[in-house]
Amino acid sequence: MDPAPRAPAPLTEAQLRNRRRRNLAIGLAVGFMALLFYVITIVKVGPGVFQPMP
Amino acid sequence: MSLLSRESASVGAVVSADYAAGPSEFFSLLKPRVMSLVVLTALAGMLIAPGHVHPVIGFASLLAISIGAGAAGALNMWWDADIDVLMARTRLRAVPSGVIAPGEALYFGVTLAFFSVLTLAAAANLMAAALLAFTIFFYVVIYTMWLKRLTPQNIVIGGAAGALPPVVGCAAVSGSVTLDSLLLFAIIFVWTPPHFWALALVKSRDYERAGVPMMPNAKGPARTRLEILLYSLALAPLGVAPWLTGMAGGLYGAASIVLGGVLLALAFRVYRVRDGAAANPAAMRLFGFTILYLFVLFGLLVFERGSGVFERWGL
Repeated sequence: MDPAPRAPAPLTEAQLRNRRRRNLAIGLAVGFMALLFYVITIVKVGPGVFQPMP
Repeated sequence: MSLLSRESASVGAVVSADYAAGPSEFFSLLKPRVMSLVVLTALAGMLIAPGHVHPVIGFASLLAISIGAGAAGALNMWWDADIDVLMARTRLRAVPSGVIAPGEALYFGVTLAFFSVLTLAAAANLMAAALLAFTIFFYVVIYTMWLKRLTPQNIVIGGAAGALPPVVGCAAVSGSVTLDSLLLFAIIFVWTPPHFWALALVKSRDYERAGVPMMPNAKGPARTRLEILLYSLALAPLGVAPWLTGMAGGLYGAASIVLGGVLLALAFRVYRVRDGAAANPAAMRLFGFTILYLFVLFGLLVFERGSGVFERWGL
């Protein structure tokens, strides 16, 4: 019979802080990338991208 | 070593790296100092390219190229963690010291490599994106995984990866590879051996302990000193060539002649002073100067060509 799975050790205060900072950095990077692609689209396609197709 | 066993190998003192690292440790995986040189050389490549791009496209392209280079650095640290831990110069890096798990470095590097190539394709063109992908592949697979532990010519051939950013930058603007960008490629390519071998002369025991066949521990210090001098003899006139071809202006021309002269003097000193207390400082002086040499030359090129671009933008 398999032994019961052990509960993971609780994270320390420093680990929790690092996890928050990493999550924040990933969030900012994703947000920046979305903004960058938006601006690239406007620059390459022009403001006409907002006009409805005939 | 398989990818899986490499990932599970504990290379440092710390076994569990769960959340031990914050954003700054991950940023260190990108080799920021190398990235700064990539930014400068890629920017030079963009500024010497025929034609021009919108500033936003230029910024996005430069960002993608620098992140791509950083991704290659992260993948290099993932693969080399087992030898980095054996060398004093590299054992405090995030992976060998156990702050970041090898698997985390791998995923981080692959993710950044993918998105940097994608971004460059979207912002600039497929030619530039393909060149960036090739640069990352060449650095990680050809240099890091294959040549580095195989031959003392590792950094000579592998130097092509470090020399490609101006070509990628030029392609991002013009969609093609020009002779001017290949000249910048040649300067960095010929610059690489004297730069790394000057350091390797001093750190040869480190490389020997790690089993990396660098020129000093594979072929001996005498051969290394000769090759440093020969490459420097090739580099000094090559550094002046952008002025002779009209790519760069008089300021660059004057600086390249002076800096080339100093480079030759330092390389000749490394060749001549082989023993005693002065030998290692001479090599380290050349190593430090090669960094200055490349930064100043490409910095002046960016300054001279960049001022024309700013005028065009009305700034």
